Amino acid sequence: MDRPPLLELVGIRKSFGGVAALTDVDFTLCRGEVHGLVGENGAGKSTLMKIIAGVHGEYHGTMRIAGEVMRFRSAGDAKAAGIGMVHQELSIVRDLSVAENVLLGVQPLNRFGLVDYPTMYRIAGEQLHRLGIDVDPRLPAGDLPLGLQQLVEIARVLFSGARIIILDEPTSALSPPEVERLFGLLHRLRDEGHSLVFISHFLDDILRVSDTVTIFRNGRRIETAPVPQIDKHWIIERMIGAGHEELEESYTGEIFLDSKPQAPVVLAAQGLSSAGSFADVSLDVRAGEVLGIYGFMGSGQLELARALFGKLALDAGSVRIGGVVAHLRNTAAARRAGIAFVPESRRAMLFHMEPVYKNISISILERISWLWVRPEAEREIAARHVKSLQIRPPLVDRPLGTLSGGNQQKVALAKWLTYLPKVLLLSEPTRGMDVGAKDDVLKIIKSLRAEGIGVVVVSAEPETVLSLADRILVMKRGRIAQEFSGEVVSKDRLLAAA
Amino acid sequence: MTSSATGAAAPSRARGDWLRSRLRNIAPFATLIVLVALFSVLSPSFPTLDNLANILQQISVTGIIAVGLTFVILCAEIDLSVASVGNAVGIVVAFFTLQDSSVNIANIPLPGIVAIVIALAASVLFGLATAFGMTVIGIPSFIMTLAMLQIGAGVCAMLVRGQIAYNVPPLIATLGNGSIGPVPWIVIVAALVLLAGHVVLTYTRFGRYVYMTGGNREAAEFSGINTRAIIAAVMVISAVCSGLAGMLGVAHFGSAQQDEFDTYLLDSISAVVVGGTSLFGGQGGIGNTIVGLFVLGVLNNGLDHIRIDSFLKILIRGVILLLALIVNVYAQRMRTRAATTPTAV
Repeated sequence: MDRPPLLELVGIRKSFGGVAALTDVDFTLCRGEVHGLVGENGAGKSTLMKIIAGVHGEYHGTMRIAGEVMRFRSAGDAKAAGIGMVHQELSIVRDLSVAENVLLGVQPLNRFGLVDYPTMYRIAGEQLHRLGIDVDPRLPAGDLPLGLQQLVEIARVLFSGARIIILDEPTSALSPPEVERLFGLLHRLRDEGHSLVFISHFLDDILRVSDTVTIFRNGRRIETAPVPQIDKHWIIERMIGAGHEELEESYTGEIFLDSKPQAPVVLAAQGLSSAGSFADVSLDVRAGEVLGIYGFMGSGQLELARALFGKLALDAGSVRIGGVVAHLRNTAAARRAGIAFVPESRRAMLFHMEPVYKNISISILERISWLWVRPEAEREIAARHVKSLQIRPPLVDRPLGTLSGGNQQKVALAKWLTYLPKVLLLSEPTRGMDVGAKDDVLKIIKSLRAEGIGVVVVSAEPETVLSLADRILVMKRGRIAQEFSGEVVSKDRLLAAA
Repeated sequence: MTSSATGAAAPSRARGDWLRSRLRNIAPFATLIVLVALFSVLSPSFPTLDNLANILQQISVTGIIAVGLTFVILCAEIDLSVASVGNAVGIVVAFFTLQDSSVNIANIPLPGIVAIVIALAASVLFGLATAFGMTVIGIPSFIMTLAMLQIGAGVCAMLVRGQIAYNVPPLIATLGNGSIGPVPWIVIVAALVLLAGHVVLTYTRFGRYVYMTGGNREAAEFSGINTRAIIAAVMVISAVCSGLAGMLGVAHFGSAQQDEFDTYLLDSISAVVVGGTSLFGGQGGIGNTIVGLFVLGVLNNGLDHIRIDSFLKILIRGVILLLALIVNVYAQRMRTRAATTPTAV
């Protein structure tokens, strides 16, 4: 290769509270290359990028930029050394104009010390024009479509003098033409001599835009290879780890999906769309079946679950519950139609200051009391669940906030167990749990399936879906990309479909 | 539970936690006792039965308004229109009552009961307008009720046009100004409204939803509660309480005119907050509001007894309110900490 190295990291080690996040990582980014970075969640990509961007100052190992040893104490240090980062969540100031965003913090001033707007619009316009971004610098940035906002942010990072630009999941929310335009810009920047790091779960995108790909797994750099020599399956093999060397709870084998085509349909959704989240989604859920919906973060599956519970407005489509059309105006209507929902964030589901029994009884209060509340009945129901779900400590009057995360998740499930719903929607039901709590929750979900409930499990973790589902839908950019049913499926097939 | 190694320290720590978690209730009560003791020492005319009766009468109108406001604040919302709506509804009931010929208002005399029904309907209408603005259009309560404050003042102005009306329907006159034996009716009404508020909040499903909506609105929604309906309902309850207080207040003062209720906005909000109901929603209740009412009532009344500079009085009230807000914020913080510290199993 004729490209000289620009950024070199040697023997990087980093741990958080005794847990190794990075182990002896070497990483080289060359001048004028797009370097793709792949790996599962927690593989170490983000930690490494945060070290480069100066967010983590404490680490072992050496970093050199253009041959000079550097050690950043803050994000400001990294910025001064020419490192810019574009996060998945853009940091565009929506109410400011495009020009103000591009020149944020370095607006030109006139001789009275006030912002010199004509000059600012001119400079920003030239900068955008040079990058081939066709947008009026006077427009409020928030009015632009997401794809253009992202380009404006890249323009800002460049204007602040970045030579190395790190892009974290830049394509997850973009439409295909927007992806094209982004890739055009990235290649143009590369040809001008900038170095880019492209982090993504979308392997197709990685392969299209990158010159070199590095794969991470369990805090180690597994392999680096030039793109023309590799393909998607080669990457997936290395992401997952071909052998069974890591005997953790992560799902590595294959499972046989066993759908139940004879059971009655409890949830039938037709042509569901919600602007900016998902489009034209149709699905059926049968009684006693767990439907897994898998997709990368930002693929629209979380929003789909919210919409099915009446929390997010639908722009189009219809939902039938047990054959009856359900109007999901709000969550109360969804609950009455027989839908239950446990969101991905426990905080969004539970009342931390209130005792456990009130947390459990809240969603069934309508059934046990018409006018007057009956705390004794509530406590009794709660005590039953606390016992059968083995919630610790087994005290229903304890404020919920004093329970551990896994026990809180059990309380969140217990809310819906007294009077069984027809459909149970679970968003990331085991995220952030230790193995024991995870197993307990999986058992509860399986017992609910046995009761004849239609369960929908929505997750960005392939293991969660694989360990629960009888049938799997894969969502990609807000649409259903593929369905797996009645066949053998493995993690690499899921990843390849997403 | 804690392990045996820390067993010895556990009881005192548990008592500390209990005290901290109850600070919201203890602080207002302690304030009340201190104020009563202070005024009793400073003025012999303060600790008498007659004066207690005075205080009760003085806090009755505020008390009725504060019940509705307690519902609103428990939902983590605010209603700035209470005094204005009360004033307007009081004027409405007078407007539909026969006035003396000396009163120069183009009013429409109707039978007393009809006037009362119209006035109550007006208060419901005020509440529905607020509820519509907040839950359908999505205007924050602070701004929405600020607009309703102006609208209420506008209704007052249009109806009386700078004049003063004196007559109200006989039933309202009795409840506002009469007494049964030694006990003024207005005190009885206030006590009943407070009791009703307490029962609804503590023992009904609706009351539970109010607490849950205020405690964590998103969680309430994810539990399948129609939080918009709950918020709409509390705004209507607040307007009806204000309307009732307005009618009785007009009877109590013996006149219906513009800007008559202005001090009640601050007084009622102060009573609820000084009592310890959380401005962040979900914590507190009518019991707190009652204590808050007495703190305010004793303070206002007591300052008169010790003949303090009336301008200083205003300042002192402000300082007491500030102190209560500080306690409110600290109590919230401590309770949150106590409730989110995981215990070893």
